[in-house]
Amino acid sequence: MTTATATILKSLAEDRRNAPARPVYLDYQATTPLDPRVLNAMMPYFTEKFGNPHSRNHTHGWEAEQGVEQARQQIAELIGADEREIIFTSGATESNNLAVAGVARFYKDKKNHIITLVTEHKCVLDTCRHLEQEGFEVTYLPVEKNGLVDLDLLKRTITDKTVLVSIMGVNNEVGVIQPIKAIGEICRSRHVFFHTDCAQAAGKIPLDVEDMKIDLMSISGHKMYGPKGIGVLYVRRRPRVRLVALIHGGGQERGMRSGTLPAPLCVGLGEAAAICKREMATEAEQLTMLRDRFYASVTRRLPEVFLNGDEKQRIPGNLNISFAYVEGEGLMMGIKDLSVSSGSACTSASLEPSYVLRALGVGEDLAHTSLRIGFGRFTTEAEVDYAADRIVEAVQKLRDLSPLWEMAQEGVDIKSIKWAAH
Amino acid sequence: MAYSEKVIDHYEHPRNVGALDKNDPGVGTGLVGAPACGDVMKLQIRVSPEGIIEDAKFKTFGCGSAIASSSLITEWVKGKSLDEAETIKNTQIAQHLALPPVKIHCSVLAEDAIKAAILDYRSKRSPAKAAE
Repeated sequence: MTTATATILKSLAEDRRNAPARPVYLDYQATTPLDPRVLNAMMPYFTEKFGNPHSRNHTHGWEAEQGVEQARQQIAELIGADEREIIFTSGATESNNLAVAGVARFYKDKKNHIITLVTEHKCVLDTCRHLEQEGFEVTYLPVEKNGLVDLDLLKRTITDKTVLVSIMGVNNEVGVIQPIKAIGEICRSRHVFFHTDCAQAAGKIPLDVEDMKIDLMSISGHKMYGPKGIGVLYVRRRPRVRLVALIHGGGQERGMRSGTLPAPLCVGLGEAAAICKREMATEAEQLTMLRDRFYASVTRRLPEVFLNGDEKQRIPGNLNISFAYVEGEGLMMGIKDLSVSSGSACTSASLEPSYVLRALGVGEDLAHTSLRIGFGRFTTEAEVDYAADRIVEAVQKLRDLSPLWEMAQEGVDIKSIKWAAH
Repeated sequence: MAYSEKVIDHYEHPRNVGALDKNDPGVGTGLVGAPACGDVMKLQIRVSPEGIIEDAKFKTFGCGSAIASSSLITEWVKGKSLDEAETIKNTQIAQHLALPPVKIHCSVLAEDAIKAAILDYRSKRSPAKAAE
């Protein structure tokens, strides 16, 4: 560790000790903290090795380039790819835009059909909407009640005109893992490109682009303890996938993404990938233990609690739970010392709850009662126990306050009441 | 999004939580909102023979602003005549609690709830008149 980094980390630790107690962070699907080991790897590239990695004529450029290329190698190793297939971007949103729009536009004279899921991230869905306006046809496949794709339906939906299937590895809201390998096999056998948004999957579950027959994969730095503002698009070389660039300029990243690479961020993402590859198995074990501990602690004390998304096919760091009869935002207000996320969208003018939960067939009433609780690398047993206690307390208090809970206790079927929409 | 101190106070110390016997002829019950919209309020009033609201109770399923709006209105209607209670406007609630624009519907719901409770009480007393 350099002295500069050591000093900074020490002063950060000092600040934390002196600061008032911070809420417990249980929102690892929103973002993850930077691993200090990653920060340490990045530091020299801000100060001493600050060169432009594209400067070909001097030492400063070479050392930055070396850092970037090593990172490319580390990322490639995480997913079983060749380093020449790794394209740096600003994040998974850009990667998803580039993959879906880039492939669609390149092959538009031959094929014009795209298949995706209704539960994809907005950056895939919104890109598809734009492509529809350009004249492409898009099929938004429904998912099963457990959040997983129906493979037979996927097979039946592919036509001679289908150019791309875009299905995420792990869902950001409910944490379910799609059968990526089976999807890859279907796509390869029908000569359709397979893009997978692995922002939530990379570094969490084993991924291998060869074994899973993946043609394009999006990765985000800040979801895997790397820096914010950087991501990757894996683009297969054999058989070659071609795409139309979104950002034009100096032709960096094999012409697919122009712009000077942010060397410190690239190095950070590389180091984050290396750590994930090394520690993935033990980390998954630890997270499974914490997740099970939390879930048992809550369900032992609270009735009418429902897990959203498949019970088995899910990453260990995510729980999406509906606490019936208690509205999510009201619940979050009662657990201010926990940073979690709500599936209720009471803050938005539309009053629409999560479209992902709706797609799983979760009723609107239950969708309003859901919390997403995310565990990660730095979550402790004590934090999990504390969080479970706070949530149980808050739910009990709010159920005492809930007219719906009262009706349920009296045996009134809430669905039988004619509610006025408002 | 930060809540106002008054919203937090009502959320943490809700006034008049509970239920009155809805079959009691002196009690009016208003149930408004919908679970699918994320807000349901149940507001009950006990009215004296002189037409004064002697007691008010609520239960609310919803966000902090919805809970605060219903808690506040139970405080306001106690001791008021039905006619007075009917004049309470959602804007007064929104203003008192400093609700942001996206939460105005919570105050609307509270106004609807008290109106529904008054209507229920009146229809119990003289069904024909209330139906007019």
